[in-house]
This record gives sequence, structure tokens and C-alpha cells, in this order.
Amino acid sequence: MADIMTPALGESVTEATVARWTKKAGDAVRKDEILVELETDKVSLEVAAPADGVLEFIAAEEGATVEPGAVLGRLAEGAAGAKAAPAPAPAAKKEEPAPAPAPAPKAEAPKAAPAAAAPLAPSAQRIVAENNLDGGAIAGSGKDGRVTKGDAIAALEARANAPAAPAAPSAPREIHEREERVRMTRLRQTIARRLKEAQNNAAMLTTFNEVDMSAVMALRNQYKDGFEKSHGVKLGFMSFFVKAVIHGLKHVPDVNAEIDGTDIIYKNHYDIGVAVGTEKGLVVPVLRDADALSLAGIEKGIGALGKKARDGGLAMDDLQGGTFTISNGGVYGSLMSTPILNAPQSGILGMHKIQERPMAVGGQVVIRPMMYLALSYDHRVVDGQGAVTFLVRVKEAIEDPQRLLLDV
Amino acid sequence: MAQYDVIIIGGGPGGYNAAIRAGQLGLKAAVVEKRVTLGGTCLNVGCMPSKALLHASELYEAAAGAEFVTLGIDVKPKLNLVQMMKQKADSVTALTKGIEFLFKKNKVEWIKGAGKIAGAGKVEVTAEDGSVSVLETKNIVIATGSEPSPLPGVDVDQNRIVDSTGALSLPEVPKSLVVIGAGIIGLELGSVWRRLGAEVTVVEFLDRITPGMDAETAKTFQRSLTKQGVQFKLGSKVTGAKAGKSSVSLTVEPVAGGAAETIEAEYVLLAIGRRPFTENLGLESVGVETDKRGFIPTDHFKTTAPGVWAIGDVILGPMLAHKAEEDAVACIELIAGKWGHVDYNLVPSVVYTSPEVAWVGKTEEQLKEAGVAYKVGKFPFSANSRAKINHETEGFAKVLADAKTDEILGVHIVGPQAGEMIGEYCVAMAFKAASEDIARVCHPHPTRSEAGRQAAMGVEGWTMQS
Ligand SMILES: Cc1cc2nc3c(=O)[nH]c(=O)nc-3n(C[C@H](O)[C@H](O)[C@H](O)COP(=O)(O)OP(=O)(O)OC[C@H]3O[C@@H](n4cnc5c(N)ncnc54)[C@H](O)[C@@H]3O)c2cc1C
Repeated sequence: MADIMTPALGESVTEATVARWTKKAGDAVRKDEILVELETDKVSLEVAAPADGVLEFIAAEEGATVEPGAVLGRLAEGAAGAKAAPAPAPAAKKEEPAPAPAPAPKAEAPKAAPAAAAPLAPSAQRIVAENNLDGGAIAGSGKDGRVTKGDAIAALEARANAPAAPAAPSAPREIHEREERVRMTRLRQTIARRLKEAQNNAAMLTTFNEVDMSAVMALRNQYKDGFEKSHGVKLGFMSFFVKAVIHGLKHVPDVNAEIDGTDIIYKNHYDIGVAVGTEKGLVVPVLRDADALSLAGIEKGIGALGKKARDGGLAMDDLQGGTFTISNGGVYGSLMSTPILNAPQSGILGMHKIQERPMAVGGQVVIRPMMYLALSYDHRVVDGQGAVTFLVRVKEAIEDPQRLLLDV
Repeated sequence: MAQYDVIIIGGGPGGYNAAIRAGQLGLKAAVVEKRVTLGGTCLNVGCMPSKALLHASELYEAAAGAEFVTLGIDVKPKLNLVQMMKQKADSVTALTKGIEFLFKKNKVEWIKGAGKIAGAGKVEVTAEDGSVSVLETKNIVIATGSEPSPLPGVDVDQNRIVDSTGALSLPEVPKSLVVIGAGIIGLELGSVWRRLGAEVTVVEFLDRITPGMDAETAKTFQRSLTKQGVQFKLGSKVTGAKAGKSSVSLTVEPVAGGAAETIEAEYVLLAIGRRPFTENLGLESVGVETDKRGFIPTDHFKTTAPGVWAIGDVILGPMLAHKAEEDAVACIELIAGKWGHVDYNLVPSVVYTSPEVAWVGKTEEQLKEAGVAYKVGKFPFSANSRAKINHETEGFAKVLADAKTDEILGVHIVGPQAGEMIGEYCVAMAFKAASEDIARVCHPHPTRSEAGRQAAMGVEGWTMQS
């Protein structure tokens, strides 16, 4: 017998929702077959069968919230399961009854206590059987979630006290015609919570600048075919911005730091989160050690992460440990915005739409492709001068990309 | 770079178990122990030698007294105290060597000498020959244990006035022995010498014996001991002791006031409790302070100094070897970045006398004080078949359970083999079992464990065998 456990979900992730069981109790499964999908704040993950066998019972139903180490269900290991599995087994005897859900029930069991999700204490078993309770539905307070006698008594009392009509959830307001109530996905709930936390914790404010994109656009036009031929990836603007940001972070390390209690942690690595919109919501996969990447490397990395994000294939590792974030509202046409920090980071750069505008250059009005830049930062770590300097550095590097080459 | 992940000062049940667990988890660990053998108080001068003498003296009494005659075994035993002491010493040696073996097996180093903390991450070791070395370590675990508490006016000379260590090696059976303190250690050692022929008087300050034990259980226990010939002077305080050449005269006063009296005895055992031992430990070098009674305050074994931990008798909680062992495991697991926790409510206590007393969880007094509504189930050993067959019918098993949820809150057993029976209830309570969970589980017949089950049935009024 093997418990199917909720795996470690990654740092800072404390719970997951059971999204979908692909098997039901009694099903034969093979080792490494996917049994259940979990959704966490950040990603979906799949839990596979640890061995061949029969899924004995499901302890955490769809929609249940589970913590790492919590039991999701149990597998009765062994040949019986393997044989019953779809693999064609040319065995002579076919009718192999699936093992009974409970380990060898004794003949003396009165009304066969309902097979519960977790082993019931003997006392709880009696109460459940005598009162026709659903043992599996009782929340267990004992070790590892076992149902104690106290839990069974409480369940019995709750049933006795329950109003005759199925109680509607008390607090939520009524739904009117032409309205629709939809439960927030876990991802959406998390986004909501994290954004609000960031606002509550940080002393957040935003500084703006604008950048003339002419130089980068010219460079790109000049080399885009050659670049694509050499590297097999298109030269976009994003790689320039990542480079420019790292250039800025190196000059203003505060923006690449985070607050931990009464300490500040300075990070000497540059892992840049790139916000990606997906069907389900916004995710921010992290481009690791971006300072060590070439422009082509950055473009490839971002491309791969974006694809993974849209395919729902991001792993926990892809999402954790970013030191700074870039968010590009320009892809949706935003001209100007104030991004919210990706806690515990201290800075986030907002890129926007490139728009031709008349600019005064050397006493002349000229038309230039312009983009507004926004830096939201945590004023507890980054002071105003640092924030403005950082943004100016980014602007200068984009307006004159040779600076990146010379590191000036 | 630190040489060690963890250095443990003290090689008792706290220290040696910490070392073994550290070795298992791949930490580089060493134990500094100044004694010539490992095992601390427990193996050298505590649990082990006392149990060796309790076992031997119990059999001696069975042979010398009425029991063997009743069984139809006619013998005239002769006490060979030298041999009795030797077999005790042999067992202790085997056990302490066993710890050395476990150290080797788990790649733990034993650094012989007295350890002293010399600032953060530094332990200074003074070997027996006086040479001093300084070791560097990421973590320090203090496991220096405890020592017998002194009593003003009663100077332990280990000759006529002894502490528990002296009482484990008396050169002769005293004609008369006064035990100061009716705690577990005093009653165990008092029992040893009474069985071997001493006239034993126990003087106790409180008006009850074994404080902390469930009061009804303590009363039954005291009655048994009295029947065996132990005399009790409760509510009495010893104000002075004068040791002569072959006897001691003790001054004893009623706590409530009144005339002092003088008691003469060949030997006096001072056993009023133990106090944490932190002498010469260099606590001040890292700013660890002790509380009023000398214990090191900890939060999950962390002292106030970073990287300095403490376990066992030097910290709060029951001063018992198995508690020190639990502390050790949890502390090392925390050091290794894992989860470690000890529930002191589930640390059982055992008195290894005859009858034995064992308990876990809350006493009736504690439940009343906390205002918890509880039910009681009780079953006498006089109705337990195995106890009857063995002529060990004194005592009872008592189960206390929550009046509403039936969760077992405390179990108290006074009777034969109580210590071996209590483990069942430690497991049950850790799983929040109800009394009914014990009552509905088959127990082997005929065993004393059935008494516990019958007591559990009694909580809900369906005891079947009395
Ligand atoms: C007579 C008697 C009977 C007992 N019976 C039982 C029983 O039946 N069951 C039970 O659970 N408990 C019993 N105990 C209690 C038990 O012995 C203690 O609870 C237990 O030994 C505590 O373990 P510890 O590791 O904390 O300390 P100890 O066992 O006291 O070990 C501490 C060790 O540290 C060493 N040390 C101290 N300072 C230094 C230093 N600076 N440098 C190097 N080494 C140092 C000491 O030499 C000692 O060896 C009994 C005690 C006594 C006295």
C-alpha cells in the first residue's frame, strides 16, 4: 500500500487545489501514469502513480485544498493492479477482482462501515456505521488527518443541527438576472492576493521617463535578417530592454535588492522576470542569469518561457527567485501605466506602446518613435535618486545601444 | 571554516542520542564528555544501575519472603551484595560500551574532557591531563544534564550521608536508612535497601508522596509501600543532619510547626530532586542566561545565543532520560533544517518499584484545575486474571477521557509491569484516540494489559470483568 502524497510545491507555495483526478477509486493504474492534477498559485502540476496497482481511495476530492505532504489518496500496490491495467496481459485467469477497498474487513463488521478516506478509529467507525454518516466526508483532526471519535461526534451533531433546507452560503450577495457568479480560479485568487500584499507591504511609487526608440529600431532593421539567420530567432526589443535593465541594475544595486525583516538582501545575480499574459492570467517566468546571455540567448529564453506559459507547462522553478521584473503593457496598446511590484522584489519596469510623437531635438521639431517608461519601486529600499538614475540609465542604453557594448 | 557541524557537550541520553541522530543525518558531530564512560547520569549512576538493583532485590525478596514459599519453592537465599553490585557494574559497562559502538557506527567522535563554550562557535576542551584545545563548530548543543540538589544543613559525605550515586553502591545493607524526599529516585532506592533488609523511613516536606503523580494513584501507591514496611513522615522538614562514625542523627520538624524530633539512622539518602548542571560551561561567553532555578530557557531548544542549543535535564520539562532522548532527536532535526517537535504532555513517567507506577497525560487534579469535564474508567488488578495468578493484585489502571469527545486525556496505572503497559497509551494519545478505541481493540489474554482495556471500557460504563 502506498499513500499518494502532495509533492513539495516549491518555496513560498503552501497549498494547492486538487484540479482533476484522471482516475477513480478502484481503477487500475501503472507506475508513472498521471493520477491527479494539482493547481497551485503559480503552476499546475501532475502527480503520477508511484507504482503499479489499484487506486484504493481518493482522500482529497477535486476542489480540495491540500498542503505538501498531505495524502491525496492511496494505492494498493501489486500485481493485481498491473494485471488489471490496460496492458494486454495474456493471462489465463481474467476475472481478477480488484482488491477490496478496506484491508480485509472482518466478518464481524456490523453494517460494513463505509470505506472512508482515511482509516477511521474504531470508535469513529462505530459512530459512522450506526448513524449512516459518510466517513470520508468527516474532517479529521487526528494525526495525519485521521478521524477521531470527537470528529465523528461533531459530524453527527452538525447533521442534527443542520437546518432542513440545504443552507445557502450565508455571506455572498444574491445574484440578479443578467449576472453570473464564477468562482475565481486559484491563479486569479493568488494574483489578487499577491498584488494586494505588494501594495500593502511596500512603500510603492512610480517614476516615469520616455525613450526614443529610433536607434534600436534602426539597429534592428539593419540586422534583423542576418540575426535571424545566425541565431534562428528574431531580434526583438525585449532583449535590448533586458540588457538595458541589467546595465541599470548594476549601477543601482538597490533596485535589485529585497527587504527581509530588518535586513536588506542585495542580489549579485540578475534573474529577470518577464510578465507574460496567458489565457488564465498573468504569469511571470524568470530568465535566469540574464546578465550572462547574449541578445540571441535572451530572445530564445523569453521565447521558450512564453511558449511554456501559454501551454501551461511552466514548472515551479521557472517562476521562482526573480530579482527584477519587466512588464510590457505596450503589447496591448498601453501608453502609460504604473505597474505593481512583484514582491519581494523592489523594482518593476513598465514598457509601453511605441508611438510616433513630435519631439524637440536640437531646436527642431522632429517625429520620433517614442515609448514611455515607468519604474515602480519600493521606496523603503530605493531612494528617489536611485530610481531616477536607474531609469535614465535604461533610457540612455536604449537610445544609444553602443553604451551596452562599452558598459558606460 | 568550522571543523564541526555540531558539538554536543555531555554524553548522557540527551547528548548521545543527539550525536547518533546527527551522524545519521550526515552532520559532522562530536560529543565532549568528561566522564570516563559515555551514557551520562542515566547509564552510569541513574536509570540503569538503579534498575539493576531493583530487579535483583525484587527477586531476592521474593525468594527470602513469603512468595517463593507460596509458590512451593523452598529455598534459603543468602545475599551476596558484592556479586549483586558486580552484576550491576557489568551491565552498566556493557551498556556504556554499547554507546561507544554506536558512536563508531554513526561516525561520531567522542572528545574526552570537560567542554566549555568559548564564544560563538567555539568549544574549549580541557582533557584529563590538563591539555586544552579549542574546537570550532557551527552549532553547540548543551546536554550537561543535572546533579542532585543539595539541602542546607545536610552535607552529603558519600559515607553516611549519601546522594543517589552513593546509595547505588552502599558497602553494606543498612540496618536503618532515612530517605529525605519521597520522589521517584528516593522511593526506588529506598525500596532496594528495604528489600535487602534495611528499615526505611521516608521524610517528605509535602503532605503527599511523589508530587506530580495523580493523587489517588499516589495514595494507593503509598499504601502498598507502607504495607511493605516503608515508614513515611510526611509534612516534615529535615533541618539538620549530624554524621557520626556509624550513624547519623537527623533533626526533623513538622512543616506545620511544633516540636522538632531527632531520628537516628545508619545511613541517610538525600533525594530531594535534581538541579540543572551548568557549572564552568562558559555560558556567559555567548550570553546565555539561566533562569532562577538554573535551567536554560529555550525556544524549541534554541537558547538566546545564535547557534547554541540545549536539551535534556538542563532545560525545562520532565527530567527523564526518554525526554532527553526526544529533545535530542527534535533538536538535531531542527539543526539539520528538518521538522522537530516534542509534546511534553506525552512524555510518560514510571516508578520502577513494586508495584510499579506509570502514567502519561493529565492527572485528575490537572483536569479539575483546567476545568475540563472528564470521565473516569478504573479497573483493579485484583480482578485481572494474570495479576491474580502471579499474586500481584495490588493497584489499578485508570483511564481519564474527555466527557464529550471521549479523547483519552490521561492514563494512570499502579500495578505490576505498569511501565511496560503505558507505551500503548502514549501511542493512543498521540493519535488522539478515544477510550472507546482502546475498549474496542482486542488485547491478549491473560495479560495485565487487559486491565487497561477494562478500565477504558469503564469510561463509558461497560467494564465487563468486575
Ligand atoms: C538514581 C536515578 C535514577 C533515574 N532513573 C531514571 C529512570 O528510570 N528513567 C528515566 O527516564 N530517568 C531516570 N533518571 C533521570 C535520568 O538519568 C536523566 O533524566 C537523564 O540522564 C538526563 O539526561 P541528560 O543527557 O540531560 O543528562 P545526563 O545524563 O545528566 O548527562 C550529562 C552528561 O554531561 C556531562 N557533562 C556535564 N558538564 C560537562 C562539561 N562541561 N563537559 C563535558 N561533559 C559534561 C556529565 O558528565 C554527564 O555525563 C534517573 C536519575 C537518577 C539519578
